[in-house]
Amino acid sequence: MSRTAPWSDQLLPLGGPRRHLLDLDDCSREEITQFLDTAVAMREILRRPVPKAPALTGKTVVNVFLEDSTRTRVSFEIAAKRLNADVINLSGSGSSVTKGESLINTVRTLEAVGADLIVLRHPSAGAPYLAATHLRGSVINAGDGWHAHPTQALLDLLTIRDTFGRLEGLRVTIVGDILHSRVARSNLWGLTRMGAEVTVCGPPTLLPPAWPAGLAGCLRVTFNLEEALSGADVVMALRLQRERMAAGRLPSLREYSRLYQINDARLARAAPQVLVLHPGPMNEGVEIAPTTAHGARSAIEDQVTNGVAVRMAVLYLLAGAPADTPLRPPAAEAVRP
Amino acid sequence: MRPVLLQGGWVVDPASEREELADVLLREGCVAAVGRGLGTPDDALVIDCRGKVVAPGLIDLHCHLRDPGLTEKETIATGTAAAAAGGFTTVCCMPNTDPVVDSGSVVETILRTAAREGSVRVLPIGAVTKGQAGRELAELADLAAAGAVAFSDDGRPVASAALLRHALEYSQLVQRPIIDHCEEPSLTVGAVAHEGPVATCLGLRGWPAAAETIAIARDLELAALTGGRLHIAHVSTAGGVALIREAKRRGLPVTAEVTPHHLTLTDEWLLGEGLHWPALGGEPLPRRAPYDPRTKVNPPLRGREDVAALIAALADGTIDAIATDHAPHTLTDKLCEYDQAAFGISGLETALAAVLALVRSGALSLRRVIAAFTIGPRQVLGEGARAASPGRLAPGDPADVVVFDPDASWVVDPHAFRSKGQNTPLAGVRLQGRVTHTFVAGRGVYGE
Repeated sequence: MSRTAPWSDQLLPLGGPRRHLLDLDDCSREEITQFLDTAVAMREILRRPVPKAPALTGKTVVNVFLEDSTRTRVSFEIAAKRLNADVINLSGSGSSVTKGESLINTVRTLEAVGADLIVLRHPSAGAPYLAATHLRGSVINAGDGWHAHPTQALLDLLTIRDTFGRLEGLRVTIVGDILHSRVARSNLWGLTRMGAEVTVCGPPTLLPPAWPAGLAGCLRVTFNLEEALSGADVVMALRLQRERMAAGRLPSLREYSRLYQINDARLARAAPQVLVLHPGPMNEGVEIAPTTAHGARSAIEDQVTNGVAVRMAVLYLLAGAPADTPLRPPAAEAVRP
Repeated sequence: MRPVLLQGGWVVDPASEREELADVLLREGCVAAVGRGLGTPDDALVIDCRGKVVAPGLIDLHCHLRDPGLTEKETIATGTAAAAAGGFTTVCCMPNTDPVVDSGSVVETILRTAAREGSVRVLPIGAVTKGQAGRELAELADLAAAGAVAFSDDGRPVASAALLRHALEYSQLVQRPIIDHCEEPSLTVGAVAHEGPVATCLGLRGWPAAAETIAIARDLELAALTGGRLHIAHVSTAGGVALIREAKRRGLPVTAEVTPHHLTLTDEWLLGEGLHWPALGGEPLPRRAPYDPRTKVNPPLRGREDVAALIAALADGTIDAIATDHAPHTLTDKLCEYDQAAFGISGLETALAAVLALVRSGALSLRRVIAAFTIGPRQVLGEGARAASPGRLAPGDPADVVVFDPDASWVVDPHAFRSKGQNTPLAGVRLQGRVTHTFVAGRGVYGE
């Protein structure tokens, strides 16, 4: 990649080891399984008296969070530290981003200072791709606008697999503001890739108006919650953002909650052993009832714990793995329109 | 000035319905003769045009020269040099400069700069409203008297129906068309990509086709109400061309243009990697990352059905002209997050070659394409066409001529553009069809 060519067209060498994790839509079944299995191994490390392994010794991980975050940010920091990496945390405020420094210059500067791997959360969809095409090192997408949150989807897949022992054939329903949700999108690619059937449900104004034709067999779209919950093995509630009222998409939180809140009464329509998930942070009482959030069906805290293990796995496989780790089977077909 | 003999080329002159092997003689700035076996005057420069097409110089109804005020992106000098390299002998430049072209004095400034530094004819388009702010009419008569050939607030729509009504009424005083950028702004707040499956996958805010069709429907009603001359800029939707076709069928004097990128590219280009694009020659395209900001344009690249409808509309005359909407930007303005990147494609130097791909595929005839670049634009301009290239090869007319090799294969290298704008999604793409010579008033302004 030439430093003088500002437009880098090469994102990845074909057939080589995976350098970035930007979304799940170009991950094969084998790769996703490898991420999950490695996360299970990482979980063992986390249970030790001294929960550390030296896999990333000498590697520098920089977390660049240009959007607020508690769980993802702390989770990545802990994950990198558990693997003995040197970790730097950068947020928007306090960095030269406030002086107008471009994303490309920011990440190049970090690489010049020694970053091997950059974890990026950014409000604009596609920002991690821009960063990735201008770096020699690795980029992990920690959430880019509405587009993707691959590590969230992986931890959701792990949590589901822990409960059911599989993903194939499961019926997963995602409820909420699907239109603006990177969690919904990444889960959609990950779940359908692993053979699950997905239903997305929300008010008509918060559902994308158009879906790729290729998803027709494995995706159901409805604004009827009863229908969406019927027989579901997993129900994932998404946080509702208050800004949606200002944009004219919803009349009130009260109306949303009356129509779409996930609570124990509604879950009676789902499968008997239904698992309840939420990516957090929660608006308890809005999209999810407090009793459901903290009830027996809920795996929300497990999600958080699994998040550390999954992020350790991703960091390890991208930056710490031996060179011959087969991470990218050649014919990975993206789920595309 | 030496006479020039363009010898042995395939002459395509839609105005005279000529499509044949012929020589063209240019003398004293005019077309002297067109025919077979023309004799060579003693001091003539003879250009061997065998295997090439000789056509009237192309006219671009819609480009952004950024001069005055935004000259880091382009100047009249660099923009017209780019035009000449693309085979254009006349360009109509949009008024969204700094200052906005909303008074005769700014028109005069542009014409003076063009006379001094321009390679091709420059016809300024004036603003519809003062400052293009959409509130008060600009001094349309003052603008026309100074040389403006049309009026537009392009970059934006004229959002107020009442104001557009008055503009269409008032413009009849000076017999110049109002060119509207058709977009219902409340439906496109923050939108950066065509609302469709691709935008859903990429998590990008969508620009629904309805935002264009609603604005076109409104504008057509106002044109019917007022009798004013309406021209629809860069139509991009199947719904839009259907409305225009129906309006023309009812006898409304409306015209429309389409860009080369809307005729050839779709929103799939935003997905990047693994593109295969038969329309542009069948070779696999250079691998791209998704979210390449060089695909960001307003109106956005749309779906395959829209592209098919636009091609059909150009073929059947619903669309009158191809116009580049050449929109050069600096690297800084383009090389950033998709949301932040400026809208626009630098298109003067690839326009002809891109559309020729549709001729090769059989979707359009060569004659229709040349007409859409020559007599079509002149018909749109009407009265304002007086200062434009003649759009035909008739003896006695100014010798504005383009010669191109339809088979020459070349790879688009934006670093070699004469335009300052290197922002094209076609970077690295192999195209077929290359301009070899461009003449304005018999003088070579581009030549290999």
